[in-house]
Amino acid sequence: MPIVQIVFYAFALVLTAASVMVITVRNPVYAALFLVLAFFSSTAIWILLEAEFLAIVLVLVYVGAVMVLFLFVVMMLDINLAPLSEGFIRYLPAGVGVASIMATELMVVLWTRGRFDAAAFPIPAPHPQGYSNTKALGELLFTQYVLPFEVAGIILLVAIIAAIALTLRKRTGVKAQNPARQVMVQRDERMRVVSMKSEPRQDG
Amino acid sequence: MNVSNILLAAPEIWVFTMACVILLVDLFLREERRGIIQLLAMATVIFAGFITMRAEYVHDGTFIATAFNDSFLRDPMGDVLKLFTYFIVALVFVYAKSYLRQFNMFRADFYTLSLFALLGIMLLISANSLLMIYLGLELTSLSTYALVAYDRDSSRGSEAAMKYFVLGSMASGMLLYGMSMIYGATGSLNLDAIGAAVSSDKRDDLVLVFGLAFLVVGLAFKLGVVPFHMWIPDVYEGAPAGVTLFIAAVPKMAAFAMAFRLLQTGLGELHADWQQMLAVLSVLSIVLGNVAAIAQTNIKRMLAYSTISHMGFILLGFAPGTGAGYGASMYYVMVYSLMTAAAFATIILLSSRGVEAEHLDDFKGLNQRNSWYAAVMAMVMFSMAGVPVFVGFFAKWLVIQATLEAGMLWLAVVAVVFSVVGAFYYLRVVKLMYFDDPETEVPISATLDFSLALSLNGVLVIGLGIFSGPLIAVCMRSFAA
Repeated sequence: MPIVQIVFYAFALVLTAASVMVITVRNPVYAALFLVLAFFSSTAIWILLEAEFLAIVLVLVYVGAVMVLFLFVVMMLDINLAPLSEGFIRYLPAGVGVASIMATELMVVLWTRGRFDAAAFPIPAPHPQGYSNTKALGELLFTQYVLPFEVAGIILLVAIIAAIALTLRKRTGVKAQNPARQVMVQRDERMRVVSMKSEPRQDG
Repeated sequence: MNVSNILLAAPEIWVFTMACVILLVDLFLREERRGIIQLLAMATVIFAGFITMRAEYVHDGTFIATAFNDSFLRDPMGDVLKLFTYFIVALVFVYAKSYLRQFNMFRADFYTLSLFALLGIMLLISANSLLMIYLGLELTSLSTYALVAYDRDSSRGSEAAMKYFVLGSMASGMLLYGMSMIYGATGSLNLDAIGAAVSSDKRDDLVLVFGLAFLVVGLAFKLGVVPFHMWIPDVYEGAPAGVTLFIAAVPKMAAFAMAFRLLQTGLGELHADWQQMLAVLSVLSIVLGNVAAIAQTNIKRMLAYSTISHMGFILLGFAPGTGAGYGASMYYVMVYSLMTAAAFATIILLSSRGVEAEHLDDFKGLNQRNSWYAAVMAMVMFSMAGVPVFVGFFAKWLVIQATLEAGMLWLAVVAVVFSVVGAFYYLRVVKLMYFDDPETEVPISATLDFSLALSLNGVLVIGLGIFSGPLIAVCMRSFAA
């Protein structure tokens, strides 16, 4: 067995195990950490396929940014998990039944007659030296796929707008400082001069 | 690719630019001058219509052009659908303004999100590759999820948005899985190339049909046909009426185009396979939609079930797989949007004092309060029930005719029988308006633009019925080739 295959199977195993753990562990922090492990393993598989740009982006964006943010949210929110797993046992038999029927059907379709066998998808020929994965991707993105690329950008913009529209609110009655008003304050607003009649001195 | 090719997408570019402009202009506007946003949004839609019509090929109705490496398509069907979508969106903007003002929700977000949804719908109508279909769909869905939760303090709205989001994401997942199978079997994302690969001899039937099943499930979710309809009543009821108006009337046009492009352009050779699936879906929808609507006392829910049955009719037009069938479906979807817009506009009209007129009892004695609006609502209800002369009759008639021509007698019989059943709950609204006494004496007030738009809408419901020829001809011509 060549070294590439050994490496592939090792990382594929870790990836599968980590993915299973993500959905089975109870603690959401552990789940997030297992997801990081899953991302790392798939990064290794990308590199085996000589797709180094995708591999690096996966680490930078997903592991570096998305998962860290996710961990922050999980820790800050302190979600109570007990209600979430309520009824799990009750619905388990039906869920397992449906899932196993679907999985069997999928396998019957996908595995019969060697349609998606390893033989049907030979290992791609290695790229020549000096081949730039990044350049090839960039060229495709800005020529053939420029419209989908731009639309994907618009979708992200809509996500931002929607998030702001749904959460940003001007609440009334909040005790916040307004520095401009503080500086502009007039004497009359803060101080009241009361003229009183002087009273005679009262000696003990 | 050259510049003139990019200009095929000029309407999309214009709508996107204006959505961003409105987003920015809103920052510099005082609250009492928000009316400018409404004007800008209307101008956007109207000019988009001019830009779409400007293209010389709209006039002879045969021109087909692609841009962006064949992933974007301009054809007569798409142009007609887009023009009609602009018209409906303009109506929606007029109706929604008075709703938003009344319920103190008049913010620019509604207009930007609606315009982004419109952009998604336009891209979906023009999509010619699996990738563009998926992206257009996501853009539309994401904007509408946010619109459903637009009233942030309403727990019903948030619940509806959550349901819509979760079920919609699942449907997108199904669709994507089906697309990946189709891609695996044909090796292309482009719909024309997929069509060519499917009609070649070396095709892999099992994987294709497997992918097709998932595609149909995804489509059925988005259209909201039985058994993938559960979200429709809850979303229609939970969303603010102004938003329900939008999501009920506008995105269905894109759903029709998406179904046509995927099933006919891409997988037309598998017609025998998807014909059975669609026949089952449409019969179930027509039956369940019409029967369940009878039990509703909330008019938004009633219209939701009525939508389900209308969607069944639209899928029924697909079943024959002929140009006449697609033309009938396209006509149906346009007529449906027109009628739905008027029906929800009446709900907005009757809403007063911060309470939506969502119960059937709110329509009691409408004739005594204002006979013209009662007449408009009555025409819409007659039209939805499929009473002759009104526009809804011709839509149903064309679909059933196409079904009969294809020799599917039992489908046509079920459709006719349950249309008659459905007439009950439409006519009940008419009975409440004309033969019952009003429960409130609150006068009905509407702004001038609102009453003009509603009157136009009502006149079209009967006018397009009496002079139904031209619009039907336009729809049929789109599929003549």
